[in-house]
Amino acid sequence: MKKAKNKNALKTFIKVLKYLKIYHIHFILSLIFTAVSVALTLYVPILVGEAIDLAVGKGNVEHGKIESILLKIIIAILITAVLQWLINVLNNRMTYGIVCNIRREAFRKIQKFPISYIDSHPSGEIVSRIISDAEQFSDGLLLGFTQFFNGIITILGTLIFMLTISPPITAIVVVVTPASLFVAAFIAKKTYSMFKLQSEIRGEQTSLIDEMISGHKTVAAFGKEKDIQSEFDEINTRLSKASLRAIFFSSTTNPVTRFLNGTVYALVALFGALLCISSGGAAISVGMLSSFLAYSTQYTKPFNEISGVITELQNALACAARVFEVIEEPVPTDSSDNAPCDIAPQGDIEFRDVCFSYTPEKPLINGFNVSVSRGQKVAIVGPTGCGKTTLINLLMRFYDVNDGSITLDGTDVREINKVALRRSFGMVLQETWLCEGTIRDNIAFGKPDATDEEIIAAAKAAHAHSFIRRLPNGYNTLLGEDGGSLSQGQKQLLCISRVMLSLPEMLILDEATSSIDTRTEIRIGKAFTTMMEGRTSFIVAHRLSTIKESDIILVMKDGNVIEKGTHEELLEQKGFYFELYNSQFAKPDLSE
Amino acid sequence: MKKLLKYLKGYRKESVIAPLFKMLEALFELMIPLAVSQIIDNGIGGGDTRRIYLMFAVMIILGIVGLSCSLCAQYFSAKAAVGFSTALRSSLFSHIQSFSYSRTDKLGTSTLITRMTSDINTVQTGVNLFLRLFMRSPFVVFGAMIMAFTINTRLALIFAVTIPLLAIVVFGIMLVSIPIYKKVQAKLDRVVAKTRGNYKGARVVRAFNKENDETQDFETRNNELTKIQLFAGKISALMNPLTYVIINLAVVLLIRNGAMTVDSGIISQGELVALYNYMSQILVELIKLASLIITLNKCSAGAKRISAVLDTPADTDFEVRTERSDDSLAVEFDNVSFAYSESGDPAISNISFKVKRGETVGIIGSTGCGKSTLVNMIPGFYHPTEGNVFINGKNTGLYSSDELRAKIGIVPQKALLFKGTVRSNILWGNENASEEELWDALRLAQADGFIREKAEGLDEPVKQNGSNFSGGQKQRLTIARALVRRPEILILDDSASALDYATESALRSALASLDYNPTKFIVSQRTSSIRHADLIIVLEDGDIVGVGTHEELLKACPTYLEIYNSQFSAGGESK
Repeated sequence: MKKAKNKNALKTFIKVLKYLKIYHIHFILSLIFTAVSVALTLYVPILVGEAIDLAVGKGNVEHGKIESILLKIIIAILITAVLQWLINVLNNRMTYGIVCNIRREAFRKIQKFPISYIDSHPSGEIVSRIISDAEQFSDGLLLGFTQFFNGIITILGTLIFMLTISPPITAIVVVVTPASLFVAAFIAKKTYSMFKLQSEIRGEQTSLIDEMISGHKTVAAFGKEKDIQSEFDEINTRLSKASLRAIFFSSTTNPVTRFLNGTVYALVALFGALLCISSGGAAISVGMLSSFLAYSTQYTKPFNEISGVITELQNALACAARVFEVIEEPVPTDSSDNAPCDIAPQGDIEFRDVCFSYTPEKPLINGFNVSVSRGQKVAIVGPTGCGKTTLINLLMRFYDVNDGSITLDGTDVREINKVALRRSFGMVLQETWLCEGTIRDNIAFGKPDATDEEIIAAAKAAHAHSFIRRLPNGYNTLLGEDGGSLSQGQKQLLCISRVMLSLPEMLILDEATSSIDTRTEIRIGKAFTTMMEGRTSFIVAHRLSTIKESDIILVMKDGNVIEKGTHEELLEQKGFYFELYNSQFAKPDLSE
Repeated sequence: MKKLLKYLKGYRKESVIAPLFKMLEALFELMIPLAVSQIIDNGIGGGDTRRIYLMFAVMIILGIVGLSCSLCAQYFSAKAAVGFSTALRSSLFSHIQSFSYSRTDKLGTSTLITRMTSDINTVQTGVNLFLRLFMRSPFVVFGAMIMAFTINTRLALIFAVTIPLLAIVVFGIMLVSIPIYKKVQAKLDRVVAKTRGNYKGARVVRAFNKENDETQDFETRNNELTKIQLFAGKISALMNPLTYVIINLAVVLLIRNGAMTVDSGIISQGELVALYNYMSQILVELIKLASLIITLNKCSAGAKRISAVLDTPADTDFEVRTERSDDSLAVEFDNVSFAYSESGDPAISNISFKVKRGETVGIIGSTGCGKSTLVNMIPGFYHPTEGNVFINGKNTGLYSSDELRAKIGIVPQKALLFKGTVRSNILWGNENASEEELWDALRLAQADGFIREKAEGLDEPVKQNGSNFSGGQKQRLTIARALVRRPEILILDDSASALDYATESALRSALASLDYNPTKFIVSQRTSSIRHADLIIVLEDGDIVGVGTHEELLKACPTYLEIYNSQFSAGGESK
């Protein structure tokens, strides 16, 4: 199990290296600079120690030598400073560059995802993968990596320097230091369950907050504020206890490691001083001792950091794996991509023995047949979940049939260029979608070069003009993500304007007027009628009043077309359509 | 930030002890270089081995005492910070609970949720860090300087110059980079918005073949983000090298001048080493201080946002213009107007009508014409900007909200159920309802059938937002919740929209037969739902365009006729 995990981590790491490849010069330079700057940083305390040794006491100071040492120190620190800045800049370049590339690739990938993938993965999840995970990955990885590298060089460097000064004292440092590592690991292990408890209670509380604040109006209507407050306070008290434990116990790490480092420091001072006396300053001088003391703190620091760095690296690799999952998600190849783009569709559409299901376990559409000729209006009706929208998904090739075929002017839609196919359909969906931008941008979405007159004419036809005019900035009103403050009905009117403007050869109206009141619906209906003149149209609706004029009505139930015909024919059959129609239009006199 | 301090009140002891102990720890840390200098001067210099052992013991004892001080400080600061956030959270939640509808509308639920969760957590971290470090770091910095002065005044002047210089660099870089990081955040938000928008709208983007345009737009935003990130990075990257240079130049100066001072016998070699050690301590603490300030900056932004919510009064001011009216009427609207915001157009204007006890009132009109606003004024969720609303002859502004809401059973437009069981949800309407009364309410609401089919009946679990029930089922359960209260006034705000026609008409006849005969308000878009009402009010753009019975309105109100025809004539288009 653990081995498999490590293997995956390794695989991810190799993929990461691929992204690093374009930055290989940055990377190598960064490593070299780090090594040099660390070495110089370590060299400075030695120089300081040497200088101190030259200032032994009254009348015993060699100024000339000290001056030349100080000059060396100045050169060393200036070089180090420049290198440090360069390292930071190089690392930023790599980090931000890699995230930028990853985000770009991920976004491009999304454009190619089959709709089935998008339907089954909520947007929050994808956004968090492409944005936060990518960010955390690059931050963690490069920060972790540079710190790791820096730490190792520091440890090696100090070791070498310390060994050259005094092997026995070095031995003390090397033996005692790992103690702080063990303590840190021990505390982390013990506090893990406390943090887990804290986050569980916090989750419980957040979901209560979420539920009750979202439902505040209902809470207020029933005067339940007090009950909810006491429920909240009960969780809050538990959270308080758990948080205190977790925060306190985890915060003991720093003081304890600091204490252990202090002990190392004191030991070095003790043995250093004793050695200095016993050897008469031959084995170690005062200056050397002071450098040694400086080193002992530098040596222990990376150890404290490394345990953090390792968790960070692991976390970064886990984040990377999540981002790569998106980028590497296989996309079915599509032979139609190479098909010509310029088609002039007539609008004869045929569904032949179409079988389709979203999941293999739940067959949905079975052996569906219908033939629609140019300019006909096709209405699809039926109870919720009967597969009405599925037909539209297949027509637009958001999904492909499992068996059978759909043809446009006799050509299988799978062989027609997707771009060309979709361009020839105008679509209004129940679920409205508007992009960030002005009202004008949104209406001109499918025809960016439209003139103002055309845009206004389209808005008028969709009965959107009057409400747009009343907005503070009219057609230039900026809409936020997902339409902002517009009502659902207004959003639908904008989506209708969009199609009114681009006027393609065929139309799909999927519950296009579901959020619009019946009066406006009838007015738009007239505009639709004009628009549908000579265009093959598909209309999905639950209000039967809107579809009576259709040439073909398909009545669907449980994925199958159970009745087919015109309004009058279907009423005569006295079947399912008859029932549906009467349930909506029977005089509601049951109460009397 | 200041306003929130009162939540620390119960933790006064902790908030004093924590920084105090932290300071003690720092004090002991500051003594270490002195001990080392003793070892060098008296131990090595004087060949006094006992002195070395003694100083070693002193250092270890200082370490142990420091450790215990530090642990105390960590405990008390954690206690104060957690206690603070617990009190703040509870009081913020309670304040939000007291908000009127207008307040909730204005502030927005997602904002309020963020205040309750992440903002409070940020403030808690800030308080904790503040208690631990705000005394310690300045204390170490100035302590080191003072110690330097006790050793040698002239050399200590180097400290007096270095510290402000370091402070200018550290805080200067921080001040410059904070606004840049805000810009980075704004650019990041744009990238997020594009990603989410594009993903959610994948069908439309593809239907219009806009993939390439969208990708281009994304890449522009992505590159802008990267550019500003690099810029911000370049500035923050200055911090380490600059402080490194300053501190080491100070060391160079220290040794140069120190060597001369040693030469003239004013200070010893060991004291020079001590000065050098103090210099290194300063840098570490200044960097800690800088990161503390960044955290505090975030924390104070969060605190400001929380204070703003706490400072928002629970309700908007409203005026009671006339106290009493005809008390034989159940509900009276007297020339009522209401606007959601002071500057905005009124949502409803000049509405007047009178309703006798037991009557049924239907309210109809297009989407956004003010129907919901009107009925939400009856339980006092919104107060009129002009005019008066009376219930039983008393102005709604004079009732306490509990008193008023006890009289009213409301079924909101959005059918919302809460996590728990069917029983716990229905009990919201009346805590003391018996088993029989619960089933009664369910039966009237046409919900008894599907509840009986559930394995656990009344105790069937309900998930958050009632997500394990269909829209129509949820609507019927919310109706039962209102009915179990046996209210004087029953309000159904378009709450049968997801029911099929047969269920709806069964519901209608059940409501007509209620034995306690409440006054009923029924909001609907369907004429069939309200045609039997004693009084129908037709609204358009916030104005009443017709009042009367179904038959009267068909004759006298063209809007009503148009609505009716759109639903009942054999095809509105062919007319």
